[in-house]
Amino acid sequence: MNLHEYQGKALFAEYNLPVSKGVVIFEPEEALKACRDIGGTKWVVKAQVHAGGRGKAGGVKLVDTPDDAIDFARSWLGKKLVTYQTDTNGQLVNSILVEECTDIDQELYLSAVIDRDSQRIVFIGSSEGGVNIEEVAENTPDKIIYESIDPLCGAQPFQARKIAKILNLNNTQTRQFVPMLQNLTKLFIEKDLALLEINPLVITSGGNLHCLDAKVSIDSNAIYRQPEIAEMHDSSQEDPREAEAARNDLSYVSLDGNIGCMVNGAGLAMGTMDTIKYYGGNPANFLDVGGTATQERVSKAFKIILDDPEVKVVLVNIFGGIVRCDLIAEGVIAAIEEVGVNIPVVVRLEGNNADLGSQILSQAGVKIESINNLADAAKKSVELAK
Amino acid sequence: MSILVNKETRVIVQGFTGSQATLHSEQAIDYGTNIVGGVTPGKGGQVHLGRPVFDTMEEAKKAVNPNAALIFVPAPFCKDSILEAAESGIELIICITEGVPTLDMLDVKKRVDELGITLIGPNCPGVITPGEAKLGIMPASIHMPGKVGIISRSGTLTYEAVKQTTDLGLGQSTCVGIGGDPIPGSSFIDILKLFQKDPQTEVIVMVGEIGGTAEEDAAEYIQNNITKPVISYIAGQTAPEGKRMGHAGAIIAGGKGTAADKITKLQECGVHIADNLVEIGSKVAEVLSKT
Repeated sequence: MNLHEYQGKALFAEYNLPVSKGVVIFEPEEALKACRDIGGTKWVVKAQVHAGGRGKAGGVKLVDTPDDAIDFARSWLGKKLVTYQTDTNGQLVNSILVEECTDIDQELYLSAVIDRDSQRIVFIGSSEGGVNIEEVAENTPDKIIYESIDPLCGAQPFQARKIAKILNLNNTQTRQFVPMLQNLTKLFIEKDLALLEINPLVITSGGNLHCLDAKVSIDSNAIYRQPEIAEMHDSSQEDPREAEAARNDLSYVSLDGNIGCMVNGAGLAMGTMDTIKYYGGNPANFLDVGGTATQERVSKAFKIILDDPEVKVVLVNIFGGIVRCDLIAEGVIAAIEEVGVNIPVVVRLEGNNADLGSQILSQAGVKIESINNLADAAKKSVELAK
Repeated sequence: MSILVNKETRVIVQGFTGSQATLHSEQAIDYGTNIVGGVTPGKGGQVHLGRPVFDTMEEAKKAVNPNAALIFVPAPFCKDSILEAAESGIELIICITEGVPTLDMLDVKKRVDELGITLIGPNCPGVITPGEAKLGIMPASIHMPGKVGIISRSGTLTYEAVKQTTDLGLGQSTCVGIGGDPIPGSSFIDILKLFQKDPQTEVIVMVGEIGGTAEEDAAEYIQNNITKPVISYIAGQTAPEGKRMGHAGAIIAGGKGTAADKITKLQECGVHIADNLVEIGSKVAEVLSKT
């Protein structure tokens, strides 16, 4: 689960990390009070979306008057911001962060992720901040440091000093960086983060380290024990169908094709999409109904798939492991009747009681193509979608 | 022969009295799996499915001497259960539960590695040696004893590979679902090592998917260490690049992790590729006919 910059910075502040004084606003008129409360004569206004690349897309601006801040908020609130990290529809802007202006001397890069290879939390640091760090990693790998944290010992001061060397920090800044790295590690562990990124981490004109941005992502498996963070969830940043699916414990990703897919298991769902493509078709979505494909879940899944007007045919591919295929067949029939499906539905059932399931489908009043061979089922779907 | 589990494996089920554990333990017992008891804190002294229930793994270890633990406890309690099993001196732990927090797994993995214990999962279908023992949630009926060793990150995709090799009469030596989590207890390489040593396994099927570099790492290992033919299928060839937040994940993966990258690497290392999900079985038969 992703957080907005202002939410990430609130967490940073909680862990004594240096962030700018800022106020989040949801209505343009609130900008006036925000600027006054912050004080000074220059402010940075930043559109809050779950994506990077906002600056280049016009979602960040330096303003000299509260009126300009209001104008900026008016121009973005309720609109969608498209950056190179979003899809072509962009992300809805429903809040703006107004911040005091920071004079920047140098821009650095710092992030932390869970590295699958070393099975540790790994900090990534570079003296080249504010730019496309992936290019830095590709072209000048010696300008990047990867420092892994032992889960039992935690971040040690020597590790901060190692990173500080690569960041070219002076002695004063290194002394600031040691507690910073330790606090970031504490934040990462205590709040169950999956990713945190500060790009840029800056050295101010006064020579101090300062977190100018905050990208924070929480491990979705751990949300149950982070109730305060669960409250921060902003479903407007998700595709509405994906959000609706998530509310029903279904995993759905919208795609560009016209063959709707309903599959149990994420791997098989991807495999089914690949098979459709292999036979010349285009999947409209990824949808994993999970291990227990009950009638209720199948109904919900049908509704979500059919909400996409591009869908011309639905391919249901269930490998009954835990669940019995005859129960799934009944669920599919009931769901089709309940939802009122009027496009072709191809169903492939395999595994537990598959024969009985197919028999039930073939005797049903609703129009279903029951095909037990996955290749044939995929080919049929492709044909029907043409 | 087989790997990891067989008729002799003495299985203790953690979270034994829960509904999922009960359902799958019943099926496992029907299959002939030697389940010697279960652990559910607070229910020690009861009898469940004709087996004794214990409060702690330590008591269970003393009373019925299990050598494998099968875990069905809810995700928030998995770290505790895996560590309890590990400290009790068990050799093999299979954790079925999905949704275990990643940071819990960092600690768990470090500890089981220190103790030299094999952990399979979490978020996996488990392990089955057809005709001998079933420690997991896979449908028994699609399996048959045979010569194909199967390793997979995905549950239902494993079943697909199993079904196809059964339909062609090849059968399976052992099927291992290593699970789809970022920090799995065992990697492809850990299981490849075991299949290489197992005389019953003549050919290995490795089912991978997009994300991470487990398949790329396995490819290099196969090239240098595995003499048996390996067939691989990679799911997610049509998956779009997800909406991303920041760059850190991409840099750490070094630009790897797509299906195309994985397939190229596997081919370079001499692994046979099944282009299409429905052709895993026929690819295995084709490779076997040439050896």
